[in-house]
Amino acid sequence: MIAVTSIALGAVVLASFLALARLFRRGSLADRVVALDTLLTVVVVGIAVYSARIGSGVYLDVLFITSLVAFVGTVTIARYIERRGT
Amino acid sequence: MSALDTAAAILILVGVSLNVIATIGIHRFPDVFARMHAAAKPATLGLALALVGTAIVLGEPDDVVKLTLVIGFQFLTAPIAAHMIGRAAYRAGTDLSPETTIDELARALDPTIARSAENE
Repeated sequence: MIAVTSIALGAVVLASFLALARLFRRGSLADRVVALDTLLTVVVVGIAVYSARIGSGVYLDVLFITSLVAFVGTVTIARYIERRGT
Repeated sequence: MSALDTAAAILILVGVSLNVIATIGIHRFPDVFARMHAAAKPATLGLALALVGTAIVLGEPDDVVKLTLVIGFQFLTAPIAAHMIGRAAYRAGTDLSPETTIDELARALDPTIARSAENE
């Protein structure tokens, strides 16, 4: 399981960098929100894979908080875009 | 490795690959609405698969319940978040990709004004 999770964590790092690159690239605010939402999804997957690697569930509560923050943040900025424009 | 471990490894690897594909998609798709599609669907499915794989590895009932709740929460909130971003971006007047062939929402909102993508 260590070898498999090493590959998976490498892929998670790659995905995080791709999402961060999208976040910092020139684009509209909506583009960045989409990138941030994807980044937080990738972070959730990364924490889950790390839990599988160490064989312990102590970090699983972090998954709730991360996905909750992702949802609330996305909805908040969506309302902001709707009021402000672009 | 037992059969269960093999299944968990395959689930984790497929889930993580789907997340990588989703992040490639948000670079390569032409406009916000297509990128949102790439971010919402493959990322959610990849998260579900990876979390099921983790649940198989851990095997404790507490952990399985927590992971199932996270999957359910993600499946509930991802479409809502994508819908809200899409609506906000459209109402804010975000440009559609030039490849867009039909924009039915513009006609539904205002029959006299056609958006630029429809005229091209």
